[in-house]
Amino acid sequence: MRERQVHGIVRPKNAASTALRLILFAVLGLFVLYYLMPLIVMVVTALKPLEEIRTGTLLSLPRDITFEPTLRAWNSACVGVRCEGLKPYVWNSIAMVIPAVVLSTMLGAINGYALTKWRFRGAAIIFGLMLFGAFIPFQVVLLPMARTLGAMGLAGTVPGLVLVHTVYGLAFTTLFFRNFFISVSDGIVQAAKVDGAGFFGIFFRIVLPMSPPAIVVTVIWQFTQIWNDFLFGIAFTVGDSNPVTVALNNLVASSTGVKEYNVDMSAAIIAAIPTLIVYVFAGKYFIRGLSAGAVKG
Amino acid sequence: MSDIRLRKVRKRFGANEVIKGIDLDIEEGEFVVLVGPSGCGKSTLLNLVSGLETLSTGDIFIGKRKVNDVAPKDRDIAMVFQSYALYPTKSVEDNITFGMVTRHVPKEAREKALAEVSELLHIETLLTRKPGQLSGGQRQRVAMGRALVRNPDVFLFDEPLSNLDAKLRVEMRTEIKKLHQRLGKTVIYVTHDQIEAMSLASRIAVMDNGTIRQFAPPEAIYEEPVDLFVASFIGSPSMNLFKVRVVEKSGLRLEVTDEEGTIQFPVPVALAGSARAYLDRELYLGLRPETIGREGTQRPGRATFGFERMIDVVEPTGPDTLLVFTLGGIEAIARVHPEDKAPVDTRYRFEVNMDGAKLFDPETGKRLHPTVLKI
Repeated sequence: MRERQVHGIVRPKNAASTALRLILFAVLGLFVLYYLMPLIVMVVTALKPLEEIRTGTLLSLPRDITFEPTLRAWNSACVGVRCEGLKPYVWNSIAMVIPAVVLSTMLGAINGYALTKWRFRGAAIIFGLMLFGAFIPFQVVLLPMARTLGAMGLAGTVPGLVLVHTVYGLAFTTLFFRNFFISVSDGIVQAAKVDGAGFFGIFFRIVLPMSPPAIVVTVIWQFTQIWNDFLFGIAFTVGDSNPVTVALNNLVASSTGVKEYNVDMSAAIIAAIPTLIVYVFAGKYFIRGLSAGAVKG
Repeated sequence: MSDIRLRKVRKRFGANEVIKGIDLDIEEGEFVVLVGPSGCGKSTLLNLVSGLETLSTGDIFIGKRKVNDVAPKDRDIAMVFQSYALYPTKSVEDNITFGMVTRHVPKEAREKALAEVSELLHIETLLTRKPGQLSGGQRQRVAMGRALVRNPDVFLFDEPLSNLDAKLRVEMRTEIKKLHQRLGKTVIYVTHDQIEAMSLASRIAVMDNGTIRQFAPPEAIYEEPVDLFVASFIGSPSMNLFKVRVVEKSGLRLEVTDEEGTIQFPVPVALAGSARAYLDRELYLGLRPETIGREGTQRPGRATFGFERMIDVVEPTGPDTLLVFTLGGIEAIARVHPEDKAPVDTRYRFEVNMDGAKLFDPETGKRLHPTVLKI
């Protein structure tokens, strides 16, 4: 067998190293299977009629592919007493995640910029305290946050949840942007100051256009965190204002009589798709952004 | 156009005082170079003039105006930064015109200024490119263009050439000097490169540890350094400094002894009066490498003195050859004509032009001044 040339990798050619490589690939293949298994089971089950699930095995491929359970999960499955599927809750989540991601990313960018480029007395202490915020467990803030939301009249609403996620996310977004801006030359900001631009002028016209790598990283992180959050969702919303993660739990819990695994699986896939989409689309820019940041200046 | 005056300027960062009371008068149209080793406070001093740092105490005047509390954008200055500090996401054109846009200069005036500057700097063909697509020299030109369109009273340069390769640095140095001759604006220029300082400045301020050691024209800095610091900092290779003892042996002599024997340099006539006060004490004798040559090569009419030493190292530089020898435990350098070189480890007959010699007090470091007193 002719060895295919791989550029830039020099390796000895003998039986021992070939055997080692075979073992390596076998182990890696096992890992791949292990990680893909839950997804396979979900997709396969979601596309099977209930009859087939009962008679077949967990891994057997569907004989008649059906989208009926998926449609049911989307718009007619019962979540508690409300039988409109996950659709209204997906909209709740979108209405929560978009403003929360935009707000926390913007505020994080301004924080990071102020902390690195307009160093003021106590900046290091303030950054330290914000960093501390990244280590506070969710559970700790539940009660004080509930009191705050109540006092603000936002208890049990989507805007209330937006506020919670924005505040909780600030520690992370500030950290990301601060670490990015620390590598941006101070000279650029000084040049802009001499050129006559002010705090926000420099931010919007000079610094922010340089930040796509940091923005992409932050948006992916925040979107995934907020979309997948369950604890804040169940603690701070009620019934109709639940995000999709909470609704999914309720949907799975509220099936009566026969357990409709295909509907449950479909609902789980629906709840997971947006984060997948963000990775597929933004992930490309994520990589590109990282390398662009690495070679710049 | 404006002169610049600094009065008792001090700058502290926390407990650390980096500018320790500087007074400086820069005349209109002057090209002043701040030079000194890293950490001497020269960039900080420039940032105080630009307004990018705030004063701790003291006053700064640009023209008639006290600018202590004037923002950088209102000081009528333009600055060129060491790292160029171009806006990476903007085209060359937008980089140059950004300042005018923030100042709401009308479009026609902007385009006129851009056209003039880009022609002056030969960057017309680069206007649509991003800084990342430019070479180091081109970036440097764009950074200069950004300062020039401002048409300010004062130009501030912060080590603008230190990121360029040697050849380009010499070219840009000449170009900056030409620009200054043409525009006649006041310039403050920071560098750690003493050759850059010598070749550009109308006056050089040699800084050390937050103070100005000497502020004088380049020739004076080179020929009449006030102290050991200035003498050893300016000049490359730097001045040879020998510790000598003043003795009376058929006239005043400067004696230095090592394992190869004792050498007694004569005291330069003009310095004899000052040196007599140091009889039987020590002094530093400063000899620039170019004042030491092969025997018989000094210009006629100079007070010369010959001595012999072994050659340790030979370093050809092209126009000159450097001969390294040891005298009084000090590695000394002589700059000779390439034809006068000799192989390593041979004895060599050196000749010094004693008219160029300097003497320094070992305690204060101050240079001894010539007196008209005759012996």
